[in-house]
Amino acid sequence: MRKKSDQRAGYFGPYGGRFVPETLMAPLGELARTYDQVSRQRKFQRRLKDLLRDYAGRPTPLYFADRLSSTLGGVRIFLKREDLLHTGAHKINNAIGQALLAEHMGKGRIIAETGAGQHGVATATAAALLGQSCTVYMGEEDMRRQRLNVDRMRLLGAEVVQVDAGSRTLKDAINEALRDWVTNVRTTHYVLGSVLGPDPYPRMVRDFQRVIGQETRRQLRKQTGQDWPHLAVACVGGGSNSIGLFSAFLEEPRTRLIGVEAGGIGEELGEHAARFRGGRTGVLHGTRTMVLQDRHGQIATTHSVSAGLDYPAIGPEHALLHEQGRVEYTAVTDAEAVEAFHLLAATEGILPALESAHAIAEAVKHACHLSSKKVVVINLSGRGDKDVESVLEYDANKSGSKRDEAKASRHPAETWKNVVWGGDR
Amino acid sequence: MSAIGAVFSHCREAKRAAFIPYLTGGDPDLETSAELLEALAAGGADIIEVGVPFSDPIADGPINQRAAVRALEAGATLPGILEMIARIRARVDTPMVLFSYFNPLLAHGLQTVAEQAAISGVDGILCVDLPPDEDDGGFRDFCRSAGVDSIYLLAPTSTPERVKLVAAASSGFVYYVSRTGVTGVQKDLSRELQREVKKIRRRIDLPLAVGFGISSPEQVAAVGKVADGVVVGSALVRVVEENRGRSDLPELLAAEVERLAAPLLRSRRR
Ligand SMILES: Cc1ncc(COP(=O)(O)O)c(C=O)c1O
Repeated sequence: MRKKSDQRAGYFGPYGGRFVPETLMAPLGELARTYDQVSRQRKFQRRLKDLLRDYAGRPTPLYFADRLSSTLGGVRIFLKREDLLHTGAHKINNAIGQALLAEHMGKGRIIAETGAGQHGVATATAAALLGQSCTVYMGEEDMRRQRLNVDRMRLLGAEVVQVDAGSRTLKDAINEALRDWVTNVRTTHYVLGSVLGPDPYPRMVRDFQRVIGQETRRQLRKQTGQDWPHLAVACVGGGSNSIGLFSAFLEEPRTRLIGVEAGGIGEELGEHAARFRGGRTGVLHGTRTMVLQDRHGQIATTHSVSAGLDYPAIGPEHALLHEQGRVEYTAVTDAEAVEAFHLLAATEGILPALESAHAIAEAVKHACHLSSKKVVVINLSGRGDKDVESVLEYDANKSGSKRDEAKASRHPAETWKNVVWGGDR
Repeated sequence: MSAIGAVFSHCREAKRAAFIPYLTGGDPDLETSAELLEALAAGGADIIEVGVPFSDPIADGPINQRAAVRALEAGATLPGILEMIARIRARVDTPMVLFSYFNPLLAHGLQTVAEQAAISGVDGILCVDLPPDEDDGGFRDFCRSAGVDSIYLLAPTSTPERVKLVAAASSGFVYYVSRTGVTGVQKDLSRELQREVKKIRRRIDLPLAVGFGISSPEQVAAVGKVADGVVVGSALVRVVEENRGRSDLPELLAAEVERLAAPLLRSRRR
């Protein structure tokens, strides 16, 4: 099924492509050729594997979340602990891969965009590791709400450039990174942080993230005797952590796959980042995919409490997986995500990234419908240190209303029990 | 021959390069924008480029980015810009080229855009993030059927194969991006520019216009010596930005066009 759809190079069915200014066409061709060549070389793969193991901390555990599972009624929930990686998120898998590629191409400068700051930190880290110079573009709004990561990038020696245009979030950071790349393409490699952008990025970033699913498969076999889950859930910003997990199970019909978008604060354009609710086919940042836009083709602003999901387009491969019905896509609101953040903290002693909290919130909704023998894998794509301020701020703003006060006074897990047992769905 | 082709052959006979000013359509608003396009013609434009504002213009520098924001905030849309062009067509016969990003075209339907553009009096369309490789939606064919030229870009990074591909796909003229970079003004043109332009001109049959970063009469003169057309954008958009609200803005702009185009009229090519 997948092979056929990849027919046209750089495309996933009708999605993908290279919709970029001419200046980038030849460099993208060269990048694709180099990647295709190098990724087949043993030496490159060994170096990548060694760094991922000894430096980044792979394999990451597949952790059986016992208390979370029993809180939710007994279904067996496993967390893929990408949050335990060096720098704190799955982004490092891709950043090291691409930084090695840049080194191979003789490019001593790398640039990146970042939303949550995790990809920026991962790229700054890889640059320091390999002795490359590094510039990271970040929206002003994201710099405010992910301040910890801004400081980390600077301490790692990266230049962080504040982007004040548009919505001042991830989309605008990518615009600025692309402008830098168009200008400095001869000396610079653009380390794009998700399965977005022109070919070869969507497939290259997916390949660097495949390791998540491959490990999960092995670990499931060992820990449960069965190498597939009944349900796998991951959040979808651009879609790299989700495709990394899902890619191992696309051919396994018994595994239900759910990608979780940011439902934000409402259904209106501008209030969320759920591309499959209200998006249309369009072209943004070099790729044809589902895009949130107005009827004149102007890109819509988005909202999410989570900076890493706050983006109006989705990776082109997800657009195809959605069309094929292989992966289901849902959305989780800001409020649900923050509650899930507290739930995981209370039941497991883990502060998840707000992005990952979206996946947890979605899994919670399904847990009560599944028998206790069923296996659920949640991709815990990152840790929540960066979001501590955002969550405190969110809770402070929320505790105005009575209903919320009542909720806040209960133990967070209790709240969830009520939601779940109350047969909300 | 298309109206654009006719301009270039006229200029060739006069042994000079064509002057091609650019403005963002709808900046600062549609009504003023109409007057400004007329002013470009009055100032001596051979061909006029009209930008379709887009929320995420990755090929544009700060000046054109701000122009797009102004235009969008004032309510500019692709249909609105086409209507404006249709209105001034009664008084202006200078060929006009739409300069757009792909998504606004896609949103309105590629066939509709080609047909409506033709009806409005648009002579060519240049889509900055639609390389000929990706034109599987048949936009080029829709344009051809409607009698609208398809203009594609070349850049300093284009390989010989891409030069061939782009030239084969283009009609009217080919647009050469003077540097790796975004639109804007720059102090010095690259030293290789003249040599590069000469080299590419030998390889293609269509006229070659050069743009991005050209902002002074001296630069116009230098590029005009080797190219068939010289595009000036940001330098003129900046005049609009700095003088918007002034009632004599059209006259100011026309004078600026005259000043920038003057070297082309003076210095005849061998
Ligand atoms: C922890 C974490 N998870 C998920 C994402 C979303 O990106 P993607 O959908 O590419 O995994 C981000 C992006 O910043 C992130 O930092």
